[in-house]
Amino acid sequence: MSDSEKAGTTQANGAWPLWEIFIRSRQGLDHKHVGSLHAADAQMAIENARDVYTRRMEGISIWVVESKYIHASNPSEASALYDPADDKAYRHPTFYHLPDELKHM
Amino acid sequence: MSKALVSYLLSLADNNLILGHRTSEWCGHGPILEQDIAITNMALDCIGQARNFYQYAAELIGNNTTEDSLAYLRDTTDFTNCLLVELPNGDWAQTVLRHFLFSTYQYYLYQQLQNTSNPQLAAITEKGLKEMAYHVRWSSEWVIRLGDGTEESKDRILQALDTVWGYTGELFQPADFDLKAQQEGWGADLLLVKRNWDEKIKAVFEEATIPMPATTWMHAGGKQGKHTEHLGFILAEMQFLQRAYPNSEW
Repeated sequence: MSDSEKAGTTQANGAWPLWEIFIRSRQGLDHKHVGSLHAADAQMAIENARDVYTRRMEGISIWVVESKYIHASNPSEASALYDPADDKAYRHPTFYHLPDELKHM
Repeated sequence: MSKALVSYLLSLADNNLILGHRTSEWCGHGPILEQDIAITNMALDCIGQARNFYQYAAELIGNNTTEDSLAYLRDTTDFTNCLLVELPNGDWAQTVLRHFLFSTYQYYLYQQLQNTSNPQLAAITEKGLKEMAYHVRWSSEWVIRLGDGTEESKDRILQALDTVWGYTGELFQPADFDLKAQQEGWGADLLLVKRNWDEKIKAVFEEATIPMPATTWMHAGGKQGKHTEHLGFILAEMQFLQRAYPNSEW
């Protein structure tokens, strides 16, 4: 296993980093967030995710991301970020008439 | 044909039942939650495989024999599991190392048996092969991390190696039923299993920076029903309920 595959920086005190787990179900198109777990490195995180989050056939594909690499928007800024989009109907594609022949749009 | 087949199946079943039982001893005591789940999952895999073999054997034996009577009502001298699986779990290092050494053996064994002329045996081992692939992967990754880890982890894995290595030779020593099985054309070739096993162990030990032990004298006897002192205690715990309250059900 090369060094680049050993991603996952253990902290100075030896504690294992936290990873966020995303699973895609057999019928699904996207990976959904299902939870988190601790692991020493990426390979172990994938195996742990397989053991913890796919026991009941929840999925067939796993993504793991170290929690520290996920950056989230600040909830207290929600009004400034999202409210303005609420009353701009012209941004929605709702004024087209789709021909009946187009079955899947 | 039937007698050798029954013995062959029972040995496969016993290996998986005893290993599954040993592994399940970690339930609730795993070093960390995810590993507790991983190892108990694997214990269940082992027991599931044992059930498949026992059910088939019970069919062949007839006479009201069931998987339960085979698992719970035979005594130590009737069990033909190898000695390696009845050894105590020891610490995490010993557990993962023993699991690695045995799973690798069983993986290559199943790889051959999935093509055997006996369709039921082929079906059972084909299904089990996928589980074994994960067992080998999981345990080898741990051996590598402990071997190429800290000073303490390296110490522990080397200690574990000292303890279990002498029990690996028995895996490849054919018992009478192995020889019969090969003669009759449906059994696995243990020499071929050993060649594959040697290669895999060597590769993983290299990456784990663990030295390959020099060939030492090997323990044997499990396949002939001659066990270490450990099996008696395992069966006492496992069989107590069924023997004290026969035919009890949930």
